[in-house]
Amino acid sequence: MGKIFKFHNDLDTDQIIASQYLLLPTIEEMKVHTFESLDPEFPQKAVPGDFVVGGENFGCGSSREQAPAVLKALGIQAVVAKSFARIFYRNAINIGLPVIVCKDLPDAVESGDEMELSLTDGVAKAGGKEFVCTKLPEYMQQILSQGGLIASLNKEVQ
Amino acid sequence: MGQTIIEKIIARNIGAASVKPGDIVTVNVDRVMLDDIMMPFIVNKFQEMGFKEVWDPDKVVLIYDHLVPASQQDDTRHYRIGDEFAARHGLTHVHRSDGICHQLMTEAGYVKPGDVVFGTDSHTTTYGCVGAFSTGIGYTEMAAILGTGQLWVKVPETIRVVIDGTLPEGVMSKDIILRLIGDLGADGATYRALEFGGQTVEQMSIASRMTMANMAIEAGAKCAAFIPDEKTAQYCGIQLSGFQAGLRGDADASYVKTLTYRAEDFLPVMACPSQVDKIRNVSELAGTVIDQVFIGSCTNGRLEDLQAAAAVLKGKQVAPFVKLIVTPASRKVYLEALECGALQTLMDAGAIITHPGCGLCCGRTGGILCDGERVVATNNRNFLGRMGTSKVEIYLASPVTAAACAVAGKIVDGVQV
Repeated sequence: MGKIFKFHNDLDTDQIIASQYLLLPTIEEMKVHTFESLDPEFPQKAVPGDFVVGGENFGCGSSREQAPAVLKALGIQAVVAKSFARIFYRNAINIGLPVIVCKDLPDAVESGDEMELSLTDGVAKAGGKEFVCTKLPEYMQQILSQGGLIASLNKEVQ
Repeated sequence: MGQTIIEKIIARNIGAASVKPGDIVTVNVDRVMLDDIMMPFIVNKFQEMGFKEVWDPDKVVLIYDHLVPASQQDDTRHYRIGDEFAARHGLTHVHRSDGICHQLMTEAGYVKPGDVVFGTDSHTTTYGCVGAFSTGIGYTEMAAILGTGQLWVKVPETIRVVIDGTLPEGVMSKDIILRLIGDLGADGATYRALEFGGQTVEQMSIASRMTMANMAIEAGAKCAAFIPDEKTAQYCGIQLSGFQAGLRGDADASYVKTLTYRAEDFLPVMACPSQVDKIRNVSELAGTVIDQVFIGSCTNGRLEDLQAAAAVLKGKQVAPFVKLIVTPASRKVYLEALECGALQTLMDAGAIITHPGCGLCCGRTGGILCDGERVVATNNRNFLGRMGTSKVEIYLASPVTAAACAVAGKIVDGVQV
């Protein structure tokens, strides 16, 4: 169970983490600036297990992998959106942040709502309703369950 | 079954007779571009993965452009990490102050038609201008390529865009790509390739094609593709091989859709704050007062862009309350613009000329704006906070339109000045 932070369509990676913070040496130092232009309190309000919900084309714009990385560092359980921009989607899977496509959920929920998500079943529950999401392919579920591409490659090598 | 340009490139790369959209294949990478902002993270991941050597140092290009010259203390840390990595792994293609990465990758001959190229910047789609398959990736995947020389990709569907006829005076390829992004929407080409064809495109310079390929990502596209022709061969300093000369969509290739335009129908347009797909005709916005104009970036900082701006500004003065900032895309462009007199004309009109680099476009240095200010800019993104605070209004336009606005001090149609 986690609470929802909802954002608009075409949310670009500059809003998730602005370019002036990309020079900070670590993701830990960067994460306190997450969503600064839209909701400066976000890093304080979000607790591990919470969800980010977006509309269409979530994570468009720059290829900065720091965008999914700060969300993961804040403990965001998953990003659920109607659709994702290509580079954000790949980056998120590679670092072990679940990204779930769900066409109906974003319009049916509001910020602050409680939500539950089962990655394996591809089902989200919020506001007493169930939403069927696009299930991740097994290959990607495996990367995610092992904590990202590096962890998963290391495991393969072993 | 026929093939699109991108399908032909991928098929040849993996040694297959053909590929189809949706196939997941592992490609052998011909070239990679690493930029200064991402360098510490790439190196970190490379070490975390346990790699000892770079798979092929000759295929790696390291470019410092977002942070050149340094504007904050942390910037130089990025050069140091880059330099150390280059020295340890014998990288020889290192550009420390020569210009913007995407300009250098094509201008310095690192990308050829038919190549498969990845870069740690979303505008890596630019190299489609010479008929390469190129796209942006994150730092973790870049580290994996540096160790293995390979990456998995899903073969994209292709959207075909055909433009015939002659563009009206004062209309540039920037106006075409902005209109197209407006028509497709900011996610209209997500996961897909944009393949361009038609007389108008054939008549275009490589620089104009580069502007369009550069902004393909703003419609979500994975990559862009132009047919390599004689101009491409000359630009790349090569003779096209049989394979390269055959890089055109087959008549029976399968396209997810085809968009057809008449060049004569294009007008000067702008992307309005703060969405790249919020496209309006310049005439609808006329009279909006502005504070700054920026002509530069990997989208529109080439010689023909500076010359087009100079032609508008010749014998005129920038409005007294407007700052006009001009950034040539590379040292080579800078020198050429100096030699042909374009820089003189721009300076005489009151322009500030800056060093080549990404500074203002990525909101780091060289003309950052603050709350309530409005800028007309030739770069590729007008996102909230991109060129300063989140209360800056950014209008994206062509160099001709931008130059005209600088003179008028307000938004105005370039042809009318």
